[in-house]
Amino acid sequence: MKLTLWTYEGPPHIGAMRVATAMEGLHYVLHAPQGDTYADLLFTMIERRSKRPPVTYTTFQARDLGSDTAELFKTAVTEAYERFKPQALLVGASCTAELIQDDPGGLARSMGLPVPVVPVELPSYQKKENWGSAETFYQLVRSFTKKPEKRERAPGERPRCNILGPTALGFRHRDDVAEVTRLLDRLGVDVHVVAPLGATPADLVTLGEADFNVVLYPETGMVAAQWLMRNFGQPLVKTVPIGYGATREFITEVAKLTNIDPTPVLEEDESRLPWYSRSVDSTYLTGKRVFIFGDATHAVAAARMAAEEFGFTVVGLGTYSREFGREVREAAAKYGVEATITDDYLEVEAKITELQPELVLGTQMERHIAKRLGIPCAVISAPVHVQDFPARYSPQMGFEGANVIFDTWVHPLMMGLEEHLLHMFRDDMEFHDDAGASHLGSVKVAPPPAPREAPMETAVDTVAAPAADAAGETAVAERPVVWDAAAEQELRKIPFFVRGKARRNTERFATERGLTTITVDTLYDAKAHFGR
Amino acid sequence: MSQAVAAPAAPEGCDERQVLRQRGQREVFCGLTGIIWLHRKIQDAFFLVVGSRTCAHLIQSAAGVMIFAEPRFATAIIDDRDLAGLADANDELDAVVTQLLERRPDIKLLFLVGSCPSEVIKLDLSRAAQRLNTQFAPTVRVLSYSGSGIETTFTQGEDACLAALVPTLPSSDDSQLLVVGALADVVEDQFARLFAAMGLTKVRFLPPRQAGDMPPVGRGTKYLLAQPFLTDTARELEERGATRIAAPFPLGVEGTTLWLQAAATAFGITPAAFRAATEMAQERGKRALALHRDRLAGKRIFLFPDSQLEIPLARFLMRELGMTAVEAGTPYLHRQHMADELALLPESVTLSEGQDLERQLDRCRAEKPDLVVCGLGLANPLEAEGMTTKWSIELLFTPVQGYDQAGDLAELFARPLVRRTRLAV
Repeated sequence: MKLTLWTYEGPPHIGAMRVATAMEGLHYVLHAPQGDTYADLLFTMIERRSKRPPVTYTTFQARDLGSDTAELFKTAVTEAYERFKPQALLVGASCTAELIQDDPGGLARSMGLPVPVVPVELPSYQKKENWGSAETFYQLVRSFTKKPEKRERAPGERPRCNILGPTALGFRHRDDVAEVTRLLDRLGVDVHVVAPLGATPADLVTLGEADFNVVLYPETGMVAAQWLMRNFGQPLVKTVPIGYGATREFITEVAKLTNIDPTPVLEEDESRLPWYSRSVDSTYLTGKRVFIFGDATHAVAAARMAAEEFGFTVVGLGTYSREFGREVREAAAKYGVEATITDDYLEVEAKITELQPELVLGTQMERHIAKRLGIPCAVISAPVHVQDFPARYSPQMGFEGANVIFDTWVHPLMMGLEEHLLHMFRDDMEFHDDAGASHLGSVKVAPPPAPREAPMETAVDTVAAPAADAAGETAVAERPVVWDAAAEQELRKIPFFVRGKARRNTERFATERGLTTITVDTLYDAKAHFGR
Repeated sequence: MSQAVAAPAAPEGCDERQVLRQRGQREVFCGLTGIIWLHRKIQDAFFLVVGSRTCAHLIQSAAGVMIFAEPRFATAIIDDRDLAGLADANDELDAVVTQLLERRPDIKLLFLVGSCPSEVIKLDLSRAAQRLNTQFAPTVRVLSYSGSGIETTFTQGEDACLAALVPTLPSSDDSQLLVVGALADVVEDQFARLFAAMGLTKVRFLPPRQAGDMPPVGRGTKYLLAQPFLTDTARELEERGATRIAAPFPLGVEGTTLWLQAAATAFGITPAAFRAATEMAQERGKRALALHRDRLAGKRIFLFPDSQLEIPLARFLMRELGMTAVEAGTPYLHRQHMADELALLPESVTLSEGQDLERQLDRCRAEKPDLVVCGLGLANPLEAEGMTTKWSIELLFTPVQGYDQAGDLAELFARPLVRRTRLAV
């Protein structure tokens, strides 16, 4: 048993729902107790889908337990088939139904339905959502995809590929598919089938007819792609085109595989990221300390962008995708940091508190952790809330994706010029950080003297302290040191957005040296010690 | 769930009403969802669900952003090792509870909340609660109830929670009024003021805001249900000697007046004192409703089952706002508790208990109602079909009871219709 406040991934049957909902012509009959239908609202509310997910639940209750539930399941299958007339049925059990052992696969197969029935076994007490998606997609591909007839490409005919991995409830999957499809088209490659997103079971039958596969999201698409490679000899493109450099590598990889000359597409170079990043306003980004957490694919891609395309220093890198722990560890080693592989947000919180980064790139959870700690943050990975299924075009992949990411990450940081000006004028009455933000002349400026950051600091500390304890890191939590008045005054001259870090560093510095009072000199000694 | 409805002593023939009984797929929440408002109400209580990742995911999805504010609920996720042997599971649970209470020393009352997986593997949470109680008393009291989907639907989770509390309430045979059901603090305060104004001073609320402030119960207690879904809680209260004051539920001006009136009558408050205490608020409530009546009168509404509030809501919408309810679905119909509501509800309304989702959707489409009350899983898909919807879970999170919320309650139904007329896209 594990104490869980919140969870990065749902159970594996949610992963199966993400595949079923992504597809057309497929219906999922889920043996599940009353209440599990809550999952519908993830699709109808968070992703704002206009149709109910193609899922029928048996919704058994206590009075049905006993011999009845198998019958209930069969009724649900019959009615779902008659009502929705799908090309194929997916059947499985949720966590509770797994315990009552009705064998949905066996039951459904025995019914002699006129369409294929694909059972999915999803061990709910071991595995999670992404695994569920990958396994479901793999089972569908294994069941449906036919070995193609050998066929030579006609002269002048463009090579074709499948795009594998995008699902319902995927972070920016909709626009990534559009962007990558456009990129491939410019290169001279056609997309044969995108799956699961938008595909039917009939489409899956023909997957083998493509020349190669592009795996956009290894978490959900890799298992199926590897099966296609083993069985039909379809090569797979492994580079995930998130970031300017990765996109160029992706183009080169595809070009090599298809004997196409990538030069025109590479030279056209439609991303603004390189110039924006080189422009002088971005100089202040140099060495900004960034902590990165998310699913493995997005975290690894973000780390590369942070280091190579933004000039940040990666101080932490981690993932909740245990299946891809090795990849993330390897990436972390490149930046000289130890990977945080965990699905416990308290561990992530402790790590962020300890590192005090200047920017956090993460999921919805890290957004809230960063908010508490007063650190800027941008979202790079699922799980996400409704605002990260935007109406506007916002891919993460390809050259436009790089543009989107540049804006998204820089936005929470203060722009360079703004940061410089604030620093210069920090003691002016209008720009004093106690002055409050207002363009209205009539708004009275709050009287400055009271140390205004105190309550905020306290709030942060109450959160930070137990987390730090949990990590066995008590030096910061116990705080025997006091600030003398002059040092406190000096501390207040430091811009508010780095003051928390300065306070913490100085106190740690003092504690480690057994000092009980912090003077102005201690402050500057610490600054010299920690200065980068 | 209660079986005590075989021979209800209901007035004027409403038990003869035809009720469409439905079985099939049910698009409803399980009782775990109740935690989301209950933990806001009892401020020093913690709710620990013993369940699967699905349970944790459900609460997280239903609670939305609330979950990030260091909430007072969590899930002990059962894994493979726990399924291997029960003795082990108990040790594991003890370890989780110890870890939790170390992390949250401010907690005074801990609920172990059963789920479908914990019920199916027959993990005895009531014994676990007893065991942990002896370990952590007197600082923390540990209780258990089930919020599983196999046993409870949505608001029945609150019923199960309060029913678990009742046997532990202090005893007193003094005469008092006990208002039962979690109400928003603002609503509770309004009711307390109204009762005080009519001279009814011994009034307590269940659940209380603090675990240390539990109301007593005994033979002098007359209880008034503020919510329609408290079947088991009512039974437990009667076992402690309390007697129910029958009344409709305090939704709308009429409902609130009849509800308050029932309590006033039970305690011998004079009509003059009652009028003096409530007159102004009644007038104010009626004025607020008039604003929305123009928009809602004549509109046809269809209510999918969700919370058991559907029948009182249909009554309010029909009688005070001039709407027509074509079908009011409820997950469970307690005839005795609902008797006063049914007496006020026109016979033309189709009542349905339980659900067979696809068939109910067929009925709904055939009726072409002006407004559909339903859950979030159905709302957007029905909007996309051209229907106007009001998502029902908001009715549990928003203060809706009492005179001064009557206008707000009407507004919840008027807003989607107004929006539909405004949008030109």
